[in-house]
Amino acid sequence: MRETKYWTWHMTAGVVILFLLGLHMLIMHVGGVSTSFAPYSGEATSKANSLFRDSKLFFTVTYIFLLGIALYHGLYGLRTILFELTLKPVVEKSITFVLTITGLGLFVLGTWAAIATHAIALSGARG
Amino acid sequence: MAEMKRHDNRLGLWGWLGGGRWGVERHAYILHRLTGLAILLYFLMHIVVTSLRASGKYMWIEGHVLHQPVFRFGEYLVFAAFAYHAFNGIRLVLVELGLAVGKPIEPIYPYKTSLNVQRPLLISMMVLAGIFLLLGSFEFLGVGK
Amino acid sequence: MTENTNNSRPITFHVTRYNPESDRKPYIKSYTVPVRAGMTVLDGLHYIKENLDPTLAWRFSCRMGVCGSCGMLLNGHPTLACNTQILHIADTDLTVGPLPNFEIIRDLVPDLMTMFEKHRSINPHIVRTDEKELNTPEGEFYQTPEQLEKFLQFTYCIKCGCCMGACPTLATDVHYLGPMPLAAAERYDNDSRDDGWRDRHQLTGSAHGAFRCHYAGECSRVCPKGVDPARAIQHLKRQLVLDYLHLARKKKPCAMLHGPGEGKLLANIPAAPAKTV
Repeated sequence: MRETKYWTWHMTAGVVILFLLGLHMLIMHVGGVSTSFAPYSGEATSKANSLFRDSKLFFTVTYIFLLGIALYHGLYGLRTILFELTLKPVVEKSITFVLTITGLGLFVLGTWAAIATHAIALSGARG
Repeated sequence: MAEMKRHDNRLGLWGWLGGGRWGVERHAYILHRLTGLAILLYFLMHIVVTSLRASGKYMWIEGHVLHQPVFRFGEYLVFAAFAYHAFNGIRLVLVELGLAVGKPIEPIYPYKTSLNVQRPLLISMMVLAGIFLLLGSFEFLGVGK
Repeated sequence: MTENTNNSRPITFHVTRYNPESDRKPYIKSYTVPVRAGMTVLDGLHYIKENLDPTLAWRFSCRMGVCGSCGMLLNGHPTLACNTQILHIADTDLTVGPLPNFEIIRDLVPDLMTMFEKHRSINPHIVRTDEKELNTPEGEFYQTPEQLEKFLQFTYCIKCGCCMGACPTLATDVHYLGPMPLAAAERYDNDSRDDGWRDRHQLTGSAHGAFRCHYAGECSRVCPKGVDPARAIQHLKRQLVLDYLHLARKKKPCAMLHGPGEGKLLANIPAAPAKTV
């Protein structure tokens, strides 16, 4: 039944990603959706606009949240594909281990970056 | 019974990709896998690259290495993959939770299956993915600037 | 096509041959068969065996799509040889191969044991805890037509293995239960007389259970009986998820209806007419 648990959260994560990544894509790549996320002229991905979003707590929190669930959804998806290749149990265990470590590592990195840039953006905004 | 030699007729990876004249859901399944893997590959690199902004490196902005047309085009492909994966994903959530496959029926030839039930959903999702992709294309391809 | 009944048309059968005693791997051998309208692929194979090559081996029994013995890969589609007319699927050439995703015993004979073992593992029968009633039955188990319709479609399965041959996951995953056993699990889970779904969920919700299905839909497309295993598996997934989230409706196996005379008659049923003989 462990697989039922993993799969249920894989689906749930998919639905959440749909909204958050959908929003992310709309802000970044579908121009003119709203200027409230990218007030400065030029591309939504420009440094000024990036720093603007990083200064908002909403973005920092959602970035971390999206990072976590997207990592879970993606790495579990990869694990599913790999496990369908009829691997030896020891290989399956190693894959799970490597994917877990990769996921946690990248989550820590991303979280640190989101918090650090939030601090930088805030100090920049004040200064 | 003595052990007889057998030939393993398992199709292997070819069985995922083809192995015959298959239907549209089979292609949707393959494309969902491929786009998923592509997005994941991009996503893992994306985390590292965007995390570098904490140390002041904005590698994707104008004048930097990732702002070159080839990377822009690569990002466009990822966007296209996302458009497909997201809208097909909506269909899969509905289908795999048994919400869009219909109730069991009496099988009467020519058989109508759950595939027929969810086909309109598949078509509408692909149309929506196309519209979303089109919206993004304006931005990526620099139309309207 | 039907008006041509007296004329035959030559169709080349490209048949997969494999003899475990002499061949290292399967190869294709071609035979030309004079085909008349109405001839099935099974008829064509009989023609080859009787006139061209007596060593050809395949499995068949009923000749009318009931027993599920002659599942084969015809022009790349897993289907029943007895249920398929040659001229409906071939103009000049027809490829005939054994069902994929199984081991080949010889020529067109797949070893279906792996499927049957998986089928057996999911307890494909009604499981109840009232042992006494099962061993010394005193009445019938009550089931309404509506309760029957919840699983009736999945009972038409003839275990031919076509769905297993079409399934992309089974192409690589040896341990995946596959469409047929999972549809059978859903059939018994949904039977109002059954009380064995908890044990079945342990297996169908495991790493090689229902969640290895990604709705490529091939099983339902090829099923020669319209059983629609893909539908069964998606319903099974929902049940597994609801069960995990503790949102599933409480199920109790249906009550027993005691023998004649013990049930309550409806008031408006007229009495039987008097006997005339």
